Amino acid sequence: MRFIFKTDYTQDIRLAKHKGQVFWYVLLLAVLAVAPLIAPEYWLAQLTFVLIYAVAGLGLMLVAGFTGQFSIGHAAFLGMGAYTHAILNNLGVPFPIALLGAAALSAFTGVVIGVPALRVKGIYLGMATLSFGFIVQEIFTRWNSVTGGNRGLHVMPPQLFGWELESGEEMYYLCLAVTVLCTLAILNLLRSSTGRAFVAIRDSEVSAQSMGIHLARYKTISFALSAAITGIAGALYAHKLQFISPDQFGLLQSIELLLLIVVGGLGSVHGAFLGAIFVISMPQLIALGKDYLPAAIGMAPGLQGVVFGVVLIAFVLFEPMGIYGRWLKVRTYLQIFPFYRKGMFKRQKSFQKSDRLS
Amino acid sequence: MSTAGPPQGAQHRSPQGEGTPVSTPRPPQDTPAGEVLLSARNLSMRFGGVLAVNSVSFDVRKGEVFTLIGPNGAGKTTVFNLISRLYTPTTGEIFFEGQNLTHTPAHEIARLGIARTFQNIELFEHASVLQNLLIGRHTHRSTGLWSEMFFTRKTREAEVAARQHVEQVIDLLDLQHYRDSLVAGLPYGVRKVVELARALSTGPKLLLLDEPSSGLNVEETGDMAFWIKDIQHELGITVLMVEHDMSLVSKVSDRVLAMNQGATLAQGTPSEVQNDAGVIEAYLGSIDDVSSLRRPVAAVAGQGARS
Amino acid sequence: MQFLQLVISGVAQGCIYGLIALGFVLIYKATETVSFVQGDLMMLGAFVGLVMMTVLDFPFWIAVISAILGMGLAGIALERVVIRPILGQPAFSIVMLTIGIGYVLRGLVTMVPVIGSETHVLPVPYKDQIWTLGTLVVNVEQIVVITFTALLCGVLYAVFKYSKVGIAMQATSQNQLAAYYMGIPVKTLNGLVWGLAAAVAAIAGLLLAPITFVHANMGFVGLKAFPAAVVGGFGSLPGAIVGGLVIGLVESFAGFYAPEGWKDIAPYIVVLIMLWVKPNGLFSSSMRKKV
Repeated sequence: MRFIFKTDYTQDIRLAKHKGQVFWYVLLLAVLAVAPLIAPEYWLAQLTFVLIYAVAGLGLMLVAGFTGQFSIGHAAFLGMGAYTHAILNNLGVPFPIALLGAAALSAFTGVVIGVPALRVKGIYLGMATLSFGFIVQEIFTRWNSVTGGNRGLHVMPPQLFGWELESGEEMYYLCLAVTVLCTLAILNLLRSSTGRAFVAIRDSEVSAQSMGIHLARYKTISFALSAAITGIAGALYAHKLQFISPDQFGLLQSIELLLLIVVGGLGSVHGAFLGAIFVISMPQLIALGKDYLPAAIGMAPGLQGVVFGVVLIAFVLFEPMGIYGRWLKVRTYLQIFPFYRKGMFKRQKSFQKSDRLS
Repeated sequence: MSTAGPPQGAQHRSPQGEGTPVSTPRPPQDTPAGEVLLSARNLSMRFGGVLAVNSVSFDVRKGEVFTLIGPNGAGKTTVFNLISRLYTPTTGEIFFEGQNLTHTPAHEIARLGIARTFQNIELFEHASVLQNLLIGRHTHRSTGLWSEMFFTRKTREAEVAARQHVEQVIDLLDLQHYRDSLVAGLPYGVRKVVELARALSTGPKLLLLDEPSSGLNVEETGDMAFWIKDIQHELGITVLMVEHDMSLVSKVSDRVLAMNQGATLAQGTPSEVQNDAGVIEAYLGSIDDVSSLRRPVAAVAGQGARS
Repeated sequence: MQFLQLVISGVAQGCIYGLIALGFVLIYKATETVSFVQGDLMMLGAFVGLVMMTVLDFPFWIAVISAILGMGLAGIALERVVIRPILGQPAFSIVMLTIGIGYVLRGLVTMVPVIGSETHVLPVPYKDQIWTLGTLVVNVEQIVVITFTALLCGVLYAVFKYSKVGIAMQATSQNQLAAYYMGIPVKTLNGLVWGLAAAVAAIAGLLLAPITFVHANMGFVGLKAFPAAVVGGFGSLPGAIVGGLVIGLVESFAGFYAPEGWKDIAPYIVVLIMLWVKPNGLFSSSMRKKV
């Protein structure tokens, strides 16, 4: 058991609560920094995708996990960022400015979607975001002159201060830098009053209002910020794939992002990363495991869908707090052994109509 | 904890003595007796066919504890919801410090200095007690989105200042033990206290308490009574509360308003209202109804038995 | 004449949307869950019907009825095994669960050799028949859809109004606690509601299959049923059908009069307009949390 002796408020406000945390995160960053030197190219590319998906997941986590506004059309922002950045980049705009442009335009789209969305709750919000997702995807498809429509759009390599980033390693470092910056921004936000306002809106809108939180303003900020971050992920995605088309930003991708945050752990920054690792590694694991399965199952086209579906169902049924939740339980068990009690993380049942038992 | 004296934390100030106190303490004799803080004029609220509040008027004077009593369904919580602007009155107006509140948006109310607790606790379940109280400091924030994303020195200082305010409330209500616990796992009595603490964190001038003692046992109700008195005398906050527990009402209230079926029945000091014939009839029915139920030895259950 | 043609095809398509929307409004009213699996249940129902008609060689009506009953049982089983344990969790988790079930159903059907991975034709007796009334040329398949939907609505109306089970279902959806006190077996009824929703989805699948063919992705048609439910209002059964008809007609006319691509997003534009103007739908009343 670790006892933290607190003498100063800044100890609670700091990001790393004790020396142990500092050690582990520094070690993680060090490993990530040297990864290109030790990992083969294919796995480095997968790691890059993990980082990109983690950023996209962070965006969705902000609006869904922390503010409680569930967006079923988030791939629209991914696409918004991807296309804006790709178009600006192909026009010769330097990478940082193109990235900011992508973030800004995605944020603007987030405001456009957020303003009507904040008037509705729950399933209606889901329907509104779903509808926006379809509409935005259709715009990508139909606006041929700008986006290339269904033929797709080739993306030129990023230009950074006159230096063209073409290799896998350079792409990796770029994504790593952007990921670290985005994560720090989100963590800072969450430990200050805006982040707390988001959590307040998620848990009880009525009392959030009574505490002086302007619901409309904060929901809009949440949507805009979430869209901007997912848009940044989209820009990186465009560079990594070097080719984007509208069908990459549709309902299936939106659901994949939702799966990411649910499996990772709703309401935590770690969850975005764990979910990204899951989403990228699962197809690899299925591909590896195919050889051990009988041909009828292993070769079938629907296997990946079944596995994803089963895992999603299993997590919702047995571990609603996601991978990060399971890790928290294990860690708590080890930390306070043998005093761990079974019901420590039990979630309160809640219903929309108060006169329900189950 | 015995009911003989104030709970441990009540007289305690923060160790360093730094940081401004939650609200300027003001001994009761300095409060001008007639100064009106909140004024409700002919408030009515209609929900479809139901008239929940029927032309209710009252004044709450600065520094007093004003209680609304009445049977269930009398409209007391609806009056609260009208004052904290979760509903808009069908007719009537509300004035706070001379300002007309009737069309102010709900999120402005906290900034003006009105805080409330909820009858069915509306805490932020998946946050810790400390975070709940820090959310209460929202109206005092001085930093914007960008300085928070970069966590500038200004943000850091604002966080420490907010923390200092909140720790004073924690000291007052003895919540140190629960500071970092998630609200979702806390027992009911503690959550009621956290609800009160969160309302106090906003640094209010007027505190609306909705049934502060519901679900609490005798000891906890005693603590609540002491806290309400501390809030009134030490912190100088005016309290408007809804309450069913008559002993608590008699102990802490300066004036009482009795309501029934949305309308005012009687207004005055606690003993005046409790002895008013109309109020007795609303709670117990008329003398004729109960005489046949009167048991030979014990008095009829009601106001006399408890205090 | 073109106009009437568009109306008929719009109404026929709208009936399908309405049936699927009916399924999830039923589930939403009874268990507060939003079920994203209705479309895939429809697909499964069509496949079950296909297997019965082609592989098992059942006569047409036997195949249809056993497919519907089979799906009803599947719905009850689904509720018992997967849905009942998670009631009370946040709505979003339940939605993700139903999405997961949809993935599994689609994947499993695709994995079945030969049948799953290809597109099939459902051998119905009225396949490809056409009626001509004067200058009006009408597809019999569409008329069958409209007729059977109307019949089903009539049957459901009668069940809900007059039968014990129907009234009990209404009671549980309005106030579950009171229903328990009245001795209504609430959990069994919730299972029945899921079974009913699955059966309705199966009927929709069997009606739709002659028009769009049977394939693993036909469940995506179900996505258009969400706009239908939004238009009608999530708490209203007649609203679901009316909403479906509205969406079907909008799609039909947009497909003909509007430029390319508008047909696919027209229902979603209708959703956004509805949410702006009348968020709770044409028929529903809003519910507010009492504090």
